[in-house]
Amino acid sequence: MSKAGYTRRSILKTGAAALGASALPAPMIWAQEIKNITLRQFGTGVSNLNDVATKVKEDLGFTLEMTALDSDAVTQRAATQPDSFDIADIEYWICKKVWPTGNLQAMDTSKIKNYDKIVGIFKSGKLTPESVIAQGTAPSTVGFVDGPGGTTFADHETGWMTLIPTIYNADTLGIRPDLIGRPIESWTELLNPEFKGKASILDISSIGIMDMAMVCEAMGEIQYGDKGNMTREEIDKTMAIFTEAKKAGQFRAFWKTFDESVNLMASGEVVIQSMWSPAITAVKSRGIPCVYQPLKEGYRSWGGGLGLSKSLSGMELDAAYDYINWYLSGWVGGYLMRQGYYSAVPETSKEFMTDNEWGYWFEGKPATDVITSPTGDKLAEAGETRDGGSFYDRMGHVACWNAVMDENQYMVRKWNEFIAS
Amino acid sequence: MKVTRETVTGWLQAAPLTVVLLGFLVAPIITIVIVSFWQATEFSIIPAFSLENYEFLFGSPVTYKVFAATFKYAFLTWAMTLAIGFTVAYYLAFHIRSQTMQIALFLLCTIPFWTSNIIRMISWIPFLGRNGIANQTLISWGVIDQPLEWLLYSDFSVILAFVHLYTLFMVVPIFNTMMRIDRNLLEAARDNGASGFQTLVHVIIPLTKPGIMIGTIFVLTLVMGDFITVRFMSGSQRANVGRLISNDIALLQYPSAAATAVVLLCTVLIVIGILLRFVNIRKEL
Repeated sequence: MSKAGYTRRSILKTGAAALGASALPAPMIWAQEIKNITLRQFGTGVSNLNDVATKVKEDLGFTLEMTALDSDAVTQRAATQPDSFDIADIEYWICKKVWPTGNLQAMDTSKIKNYDKIVGIFKSGKLTPESVIAQGTAPSTVGFVDGPGGTTFADHETGWMTLIPTIYNADTLGIRPDLIGRPIESWTELLNPEFKGKASILDISSIGIMDMAMVCEAMGEIQYGDKGNMTREEIDKTMAIFTEAKKAGQFRAFWKTFDESVNLMASGEVVIQSMWSPAITAVKSRGIPCVYQPLKEGYRSWGGGLGLSKSLSGMELDAAYDYINWYLSGWVGGYLMRQGYYSAVPETSKEFMTDNEWGYWFEGKPATDVITSPTGDKLAEAGETRDGGSFYDRMGHVACWNAVMDENQYMVRKWNEFIAS
Repeated sequence: MKVTRETVTGWLQAAPLTVVLLGFLVAPIITIVIVSFWQATEFSIIPAFSLENYEFLFGSPVTYKVFAATFKYAFLTWAMTLAIGFTVAYYLAFHIRSQTMQIALFLLCTIPFWTSNIIRMISWIPFLGRNGIANQTLISWGVIDQPLEWLLYSDFSVILAFVHLYTLFMVVPIFNTMMRIDRNLLEAARDNGASGFQTLVHVIIPLTKPGIMIGTIFVLTLVMGDFITVRFMSGSQRANVGRLISNDIALLQYPSAAATAVVLLCTVLIVIGILLRFVNIRKEL
């Protein structure tokens, strides 16, 4: 929507709305104006769902335009084209990269209705009081700034959030149990010569290096200070181990996109590889057995959230807060959790899930009936349990968060060498 | 020089093309060259003159390895597209007598090119895979016991896809030149007692050189600038220069990508410069 062309009347209304918004916990916007508002959101395909845009129009009245891009393109756009979006749906490690450009504005948590119910991972960093904060770019470390204009991250809850968490999950290796035929329980199996020519890793350097680190650490070859922020020496050692494996023919291919990972697994080209949870679902829905194997060393986790563009103001900013409050109020959470992701406010999502779904996806209980995805595909039969178990079993075993390193440029060059070797 | 009405008209006639070339060819290349001397951090570009990108590029063994791989792909693809392209063009030009038939068969060659490049390339993946049609057929014929691993995600599959994608670029210019060869020359050769092979070597090939050269330039530039075919067909396991550039761009390292692009551009220009020493393609145009 063009920001030009306000009439005197609409400016008065905006003022009134802004006043209303600051005086009341729930922002109120004049119904007549709201349907003219369009918010432009972009992000990775994971949560850029057309169903969400449709539901927003229905529940809130304004239009949400969604653009899905891959994570590299998302980073580029957030860093270089601040006027091309109103809401950025980005991952926490992208936030660490993009925040210093000043293209995003911090959010006032007092305007977020369900703020208190957001899980601890995104606030104190601890899932339960006993939890240890995992390595890497943990969401709590880049989740807060000191004030509305803050450019450096705060290490505690300040009332100004950089991203409102929306979706997160714990990643591990995917395997083909029918072609492997024995239990897999450690990350070291990725480099096991038994799977020579049948392993794969993802060719996205920032995530691939983490999976490599999980393997090298599990093998006992390298002890990392922080897998999410390696030293040059650690990067060199990690790459050396994987280059050797590559030269020995361990890998069948590397994948960069979701569908490549699905095809590699479904066609039997690969039996063990880095994978994302919806890819497992996609393989399974073709009737091919595929397990998201929990491993004893723990998970590599990621999380995303909504950030507001610096240029949002007035009525659109209020609409954006409305949208965020709506996002956390349960419908989207339920939708995402029924795909196997987690919502930042699980308890509101529960109202939008059946007991069977809640038990299966969140509590790790055996399904009492068939589990279907929001789009109607069958994902599990009655009696099956989720790979990895309950929310606390899975998110409680995070070894590392997706991250961007200080030595990123060096790592990228080493990654290029690895691919070319 | 005296300014006459003719010179003014001449300048005006050349102006539109000059403007287009300046705006869409020269200016972008100059920009790329300038950016290649800059520096980048995670999220910002520092416009300060620095040779760091080039120092890294020429100092890294990866660069040489990747350029060598690029030349290897270019050469092998060139040799194969030339062999196939020349044969097809020769057949169309000299064995098919009726012009209608020639045009019909020529169009037939172009039919696969009505679909997207990417689709034609990706279709090879299920065909060549471990459990793909090729392996299953060979196993059922009893030719092999174990699936052939090197069919997919190897140099073989990369070059196969390149040849499949780019042969037409060889066929078209060669066919075009062959059609212009004066048929009297062939008759004269025959009358003077030349065998079919001698006619081919001493008459047809020399006269087809400009077409071969144009096809060569097409294929070389396409293969040397490619990144997506190498990525898909090698399962990301091989790299050529295009992939280095695309990796850099994906990671916001524009200056480093620009430096690689400049080196690649120079390399391709040198190669084409050498080729043009051999053949005068102006004759063709």
